[in-house]
Order: sequence, then C-alpha cells, then structure tokens
Amino acid sequence: MIRVGVVGMGKMGLSHLSIFRAHPQVELAGICDSNSYLLSVLGKYTGIPTYSSYETMLAKAELDAVVIATPSALHAPMVRTALDRGLHVFCEKPFCLDPAVSEELAALAEAKDLVTAVGYHYRFVGTFAEIKRLLDAGAIGEVTLAQAEAFGPVVLKRQGTTWRSKKQLGGGSLYDYAAHPLNLLNWYLGSPNWVGGTVLQPVFSSETDDQVAGTLRFDSGATGQISVNWSDESERKMSTKITLWGTKGRIHADRQELQVYLREEGPTGYRKGWTVKYTTELTKEVWFYLRGEEYSAQADDFITRIAEHHTDGVNSFTAATATDQTLAMLVADAESPTKPRGGLRRLIGR
Amino acid sequence: MDRLLFGDNQFFGVNHMSEEKARAQAMRFQDIEAIQSVLDDAYDEGVTTFMCTTHDRIAEVTAHVRANPQRYPDQKFFPCMPYAHKYANAMTEDGPIGAIRRFLPDGGILDAAMRGGMSLAKKDIEGVTTLLIDAEMKMFEGLSTPVIFLQNVVVDLLLGMGFLDAFATFAEHVRTRYHAEPGFITMNTPMLLDALDKVGLVNPIVCSNINKLGFRMSGGVEGYLQALEKRPFRAIAMSVFASGAIRPAEAIEWICAQPNIESIVFGASSRAHIAATRDEVKKYW
Repeated sequence: MIRVGVVGMGKMGLSHLSIFRAHPQVELAGICDSNSYLLSVLGKYTGIPTYSSYETMLAKAELDAVVIATPSALHAPMVRTALDRGLHVFCEKPFCLDPAVSEELAALAEAKDLVTAVGYHYRFVGTFAEIKRLLDAGAIGEVTLAQAEAFGPVVLKRQGTTWRSKKQLGGGSLYDYAAHPLNLLNWYLGSPNWVGGTVLQPVFSSETDDQVAGTLRFDSGATGQISVNWSDESERKMSTKITLWGTKGRIHADRQELQVYLREEGPTGYRKGWTVKYTTELTKEVWFYLRGEEYSAQADDFITRIAEHHTDGVNSFTAATATDQTLAMLVADAESPTKPRGGLRRLIGR
Repeated sequence: MDRLLFGDNQFFGVNHMSEEKARAQAMRFQDIEAIQSVLDDAYDEGVTTFMCTTHDRIAEVTAHVRANPQRYPDQKFFPCMPYAHKYANAMTEDGPIGAIRRFLPDGGILDAAMRGGMSLAKKDIEGVTTLLIDAEMKMFEGLSTPVIFLQNVVVDLLLGMGFLDAFATFAEHVRTRYHAEPGFITMNTPMLLDALDKVGLVNPIVCSNINKLGFRMSGGVEGYLQALEKRPFRAIAMSVFASGAIRPAEAIEWICAQPNIESIVFGASSRAHIAATRDEVKKYW
C-alpha cells in the first residue's frame, strides 16, 4: 500500500481525498487543512488522521506521497518540504507562480528520483489525448494555427472572499482557467518563443483578471491564440475547447467530442473528410468515478508510476514547468508598456 | 416505482456526447412552456414520474403542477439533490464552508457551529444537512415526492472519502420529514452497495448507468451484473442508451433482459420519442 497524505481541503482537495482514498493501492494516511472546524468534521466522520500543521503531518504520518491542493502561492514551499523528505508529490495546478522555482523543483525531484505530477487533468481526457496521438501521427500535417479556449461561470458578480480572488495567491482566470488550455498547447506545440497582445482583464473582480486574451508563437511556426472568460453564465460548467488548423486538416475538440477533417486518408479510424468521435468511445473505464474519468485516471497514473518506479509522466513537474513559463510570459507581456516596434518586426521577419 | 421514469437532462443543457447539442437543447427549452409541453406529453403517454434535479427552474414546473391538480392527478416527482454545479461553482469562489453558508437559509447557524468547536460537530452536521435538504425540497411543497435522491457527485464524493454516516443522515431525514424513500445516484454501484450495507440501509434504491457498453459503470459491467444478480437493492437504470452510442431498440432489449431492474429513467424531447421508448419497453416488460 502507498501511504498518501492530502493537504488543502478545498474543492480539489476534497475531490482528491475521495478519489485517492478509493484507490485500491492507497492507504489515506493523513489530511491537513488550516480550517480546524472542517478538519474536525472530516476526521470524525472518515476516521482519517488529521493535522493542522503540514510539517507535523509529514513528520508523523509516515507518508510515501503527498497531494498538495492548497492555494497556488503555497505550492512551491510545500513541494520543496515534501521533496526534501523524499516524498513523491502530486501538486494541483498551476505548479509554481515563479517558473524559476518550478525548474528548480523539477530538477530536485529528478535528482531524488521521485515521482511527480501536476493536476493538469485535461491530458487524461479521451478527446484531448486523442489530439496528441493524431498530431504525433502527423494526421493534420504541420500545425499553423491553434485556438485554445475556456469558458465557464465562476465569477458572476462583484464579490469573492477566497484566495482565488487574490492575484498574489495565484488567483484569477489566468492561473485557474487559462492554465488548462495553455497546458494543452504546450503538450501539442511545445513552449512558445514569443507572446504578444496579452490582455488580462477583470470583468467583475476587483483584484484580478476574469478574462484572458493573447497570442503565442511556437518554434514550429504555429501561431496560437488563447481566449478565456470565467464570467460566462451561458456555460453550465467549465468548457475547454481546442481547435488546430494544419496543412493537411483541422481538429476541433471539447471534452465530449472530437471532430477531425482530413484532406487525405489518416491513421486507422480516420478517413478523408470528416470523422467524429465521442467520449464514450475514447474514454477508458476507471475503477472509481467522481466528476469525470480524467480525475481518476490522473490519480491512478500517479499511484501506478510510484508502484512501478516510473518518474517520467505526461503531467510531471517538468511538463508543468513549461506551462508555468508560458503563464509568466503572458503576465510579463500584459504588464509591459507598449512593446518596442523593432522586436516585433524582427519576429515577423523570422 | 413506475417502470419508466422521465429524466430532465435534456432540459438543462446536459448532453454527454455533444456540447453543441446541449446548447441547442438549452435554447430550445429556455422557456418553461417548452419544458412543460414535453412533460405534458410524457404525462399523457403514461410516464407520470418526473425524476428531476433541484435546479432553480424546476420550481416553475412544480408551481404549474401545484396550480393545476386536476390536470396532473397522478404526477409524481423524484427530486434529485443538490443541483451540484451550483455548489461546485460556489466552492471555487467561496471555499467549501463558504459555499454551504451561501445555501443555508440562515448562515448564522454555521458560524455558531464553527465557534462551538469540535464537540458540537455531529449535531451540527446533521442540523446543517437537514437544513440544506429542506431548502432544496421547498419547491416540491404539497406535491407527491415518494423517492428523494442524493445526486451522484455528492454520493460518490462521500463514498470515496468514507464519509458514510451522511448516507444514513440523509435517509433518516427523508423518511421522517418527507415520508419518502431515500435514493442514491452513483457511478460506482458495487462499491456503494457495500457502503450502504455498512450503515444499515437495507434494500436501498440505487440509480446508476447500466448499459450494454459499460459506459460510466465503475466496477465494470461484470461487477454490475453480479450485483444485480445477487444483491438486494432496487435498481434504477439510467444512461441505458450510453448517451446515444447504442441504438435504442438494442439498448432496451439488453436492459430489459438484465435481472432485478425495477425502473428505467430516460430523457426525450418529443412525444414521438417518449411513445417509442414506452412501446419498446412494453415488448419486454
């Protein structure tokens, strides 16, 4: 059995607690939160040992691995403490707010041969994983344009009392929503070498952004556009969409449906013209279901990699570091004064 | 319970296959008259139980039925609570405690409980749970609600965590306050049956996906079929068409051949589809 502790009993922490505890190879050995009331209720009703101090949990609970689901600004110090103790770490996204720290921690984990994961669960969604497979097979040729979008109803009025409304704590739609489609772009196209036209804009929030727009250029020659708004009541829940245009076709996907247009015969199952596949066909069964197969699949991937000593993973610290770097580029671009013309021209002429 | 129960996903933009289709349905059903008209069709085709989430808009349906008792003498509702996205989005914004406080009729009780500290926990939890249930049930006042369900997001969250006493608390309150049978929606039937056994809930009503494809049947088709064969529970099958991935006739022939399924819940947007499903089921049941 792998002994797992979970820190941070918010929406994601509770969800992880449920999924990890249901895993047949996991012994849920400790939970930690700063809200003593919530912690006491959970302790009383689940029988899991509770800790109000993270350090105490790491010292006493004899953990093999820890799941970190605290506000984003706390990820870096908590991850470091866990790695120093030789624990495998699953951290919620975004990984670290400072990409230099992300790199350092990814290197530290690698040096210590520890299994790492960041909760970019969209890489475990059947449709989005299928895009990766199709791109690797060259199905749409060279990707020239990518559109990455996320919309949903999170901040619909002027208020907000949690860390998510505080920029310094890693709140806002950039870190919370845009991070997901950007992480998919990183998976499909690599790291951008340039970003421009970034606008991080509030709709209702007073301290942070509720929508994100921006343009990214990739080494491959592809141009990406990110468009995110979490003040969209027309969506029932978060809706993430990816559209890729290539020299040999086009792919569009959300978490339910994959629509592929190919100009010539593609890999097995993909004909010339349109092919539509659904999540029912593309999703692998999971042992326990809560909110979506992808959450269980990412937990299972982490536990299985620990059991089998595989440090390489699709959502490892290294993979997440690329997304932290992309996020930092967007922030820097949004905060910079008018960009120098020369730099832009140089890129265009590249 | 009736053999056929009418579901409500189609009315609220829930479609497990296509977001485009879901949006088209949300547009089509944005006026409550459009929803009511399909419910009237279902009623007139003999499908008189409406299994619905406690979505705010259901209050308009229940108000209409309450105002027209002579039109709907046999109308029954199976409320499914809570409407989870309401809580999930609130939790992103306000955290778990904040979200619960937001939906309580009086947030003060939670604050008092938190000040009271650990010793009050059990009583508080029950108090808060029953207040939340009562808040969700308000829209069904005066109507027939013989079965009241806990939604799968909540059931499965509690199930995974091992917070099993909550199932007993829910069942107890539903029985005493509403004289209704508690029901549980889940994506993990075999695991849930063990948990309900542990807290002494005998022969429970459990609603879950049961389809030929094994779509969202955690524990596997085999595990489900064994449970249906051997375990005492009252099974309701949903998603029998696996979101449209199985042809209707084939799906119904298969589901009707499985043992011990008491009811099927299905959604449809037209009278013709409602009648077709009813007739197809009649061939076997």
